[in-house]
Amino acid sequence: MWDYVKLIALGAVAVLAAYAATLARDPAYLANAIEVAAVAAIAFGWILVTLGKRKPAPANEYMDDVIRAGVIATASWGIVGFLVGATIAFELAFPALNLSNETLGMMNFGRLRPLHTSAVIFAFGGNALIMSAFYVVQRTCAVRLWGRGLAWFVFWGWQVMILLAATAYVLGGTQSKEYAETVWYIDWWIVVVWLAFLAVFMGTLFNRKEPHIYVANWFYLSFIVTIAMLHVVNNLAIPVSLFGSVSVQVTGGVQDAMTQWWYGHNAVGFFLTAGFLGMMYYFVPKQAERPIYSYKLSIIHFWALIFLYIWAGPHHLHYTALPDWASTLGMVFSIMLWMPSWGGMINGLMTLSGAWDKLRTDPVIRMMVVSVGFYGMSTFEGPMMSIKAVNSLSHYTDWTIGHVHSGALGWNGMITFGALYFLTPRLWARERLYSLSLVSWHFWLATIGIVLYAASMWVTGIMEGLMWREVDANGFLVNAFADTVAAKWPMYVTRATGGTLYLTGACIMCYNLWATVAKQPRKEAAGVAFVPAE
Amino acid sequence: MDLYTLLREFADSWVLLALVLFFVGVVFWAWRPGSRKMHEDTANIPFRHDDKPAAAAKVDSSNGDSKLKEAQK
Repeated sequence: MWDYVKLIALGAVAVLAAYAATLARDPAYLANAIEVAAVAAIAFGWILVTLGKRKPAPANEYMDDVIRAGVIATASWGIVGFLVGATIAFELAFPALNLSNETLGMMNFGRLRPLHTSAVIFAFGGNALIMSAFYVVQRTCAVRLWGRGLAWFVFWGWQVMILLAATAYVLGGTQSKEYAETVWYIDWWIVVVWLAFLAVFMGTLFNRKEPHIYVANWFYLSFIVTIAMLHVVNNLAIPVSLFGSVSVQVTGGVQDAMTQWWYGHNAVGFFLTAGFLGMMYYFVPKQAERPIYSYKLSIIHFWALIFLYIWAGPHHLHYTALPDWASTLGMVFSIMLWMPSWGGMINGLMTLSGAWDKLRTDPVIRMMVVSVGFYGMSTFEGPMMSIKAVNSLSHYTDWTIGHVHSGALGWNGMITFGALYFLTPRLWARERLYSLSLVSWHFWLATIGIVLYAASMWVTGIMEGLMWREVDANGFLVNAFADTVAAKWPMYVTRATGGTLYLTGACIMCYNLWATVAKQPRKEAAGVAFVPAE
Repeated sequence: MDLYTLLREFADSWVLLALVLFFVGVVFWAWRPGSRKMHEDTANIPFRHDDKPAAAAKVDSSNGDSKLKEAQK
């Protein structure tokens, strides 16, 4: 019965999307409509073919197949995101690589940049968060995921969102909000998928067999709830036409700017921090094989982070039309935020106390520790850059980009790699990873890559900041904008090299994970290992 | 008094006080006497149900418990 409802709905979507494609007003909408029709048709076909053949899921097992899919998606989207990132880094150093004439502008920096940020944040990071949330909430609640196939809907819905967004970007479909470039109909789709994610997570929490909710789940839940709120408020827009990708924002001027950076900074705070802290609070103790250093500290960490982060957004709008009190408020809360961040870092690092020797023997834990170290470093750098005096130098320069990447590559990337190395042997029932020395290779390539990236961006950021404000004896500006661009060239090449090293490391990881599954025998189930008769 | 001023006034006084009190309450709640045992138990949740949900693992975990008790002896 339920399957027939799905078939009717999917059939209707496919027909309507195909019809909408004929009325499309812009290329992005056209491509997206065709994609929606194709995806709906494929889903329709799959349900039709498997009608009555699908077996009910065993209730006495964890739902791990959707997590395995999530691991594959995370690793693959990671490669895509890093590759696009390295490409646009080279485009900045060698503008001819934009290939504007040959590709009708589809390879232009301006088109690929949102593709890169969305691919790494929402495709790589988003898949990592969804699949690890599904893994952690099952293990710490000791129940199977709630909602039967709903987790699969979340997984595939998220991949469809990525596909639509990526196509729209290269064809020029964007609403020009940083980290929220997706056009209005993709925004609506995100809401649907996200509410399903929330339902699966909450449903599992309600069913839990453990009396207490482990701290990692608190972080995951705050991440899901807050992102839902931020996403809806920041994307309040009225479409110009039902058959076009263009929409008009409800708020305008400085209100819109403040809404955007309230969203933007909390996307960092709750997507890239709270969610990944959920990963840290589960995977670091698991890999170190000892409980978190201080559970009390983790409670304080959680509430302090939640209470402070939400106010920090205005520091993106220093010296703009934003009222002075608002930007001061943002600055003060950003500085206060340093404390819970470092509390969390200390909690993660001290989990290893008494097991520091693992740093020498286990490259996976080394990766996690470096990731927590980068978390500490970028949560020190961030508050410092939010101080108005520092910001007057750093804002609009490459220092900001360096800061973002030490957080994203160092903290988010490395903790995700650690989680992938942790999960793959367990999910596919393999004894161990294929090669620990390849993990070491990955570790060093990634770390050196980040160091090259961050260092070159510090140099070029501070240099261009100083060049912009340099005046001669008569008060005239000394440098033209193009002078700073020329001066930055060696640093751009260094940055692109660092990014390439990071990408190479990730490729090595993918080979290692593939070989872990493909080149090693399946571990025998624990129950099968009988004691031999004597 | 327009709505903005009213909300500002309210946010700057009672809401601020409520949020601060809530936060201070959280700190005291975390450090309340007798919470250590519960926190230690909660901190060990990740090490309990790696392979199977609780209901299915009941048989195994009872074995595990007895082993643990033996180990403690």
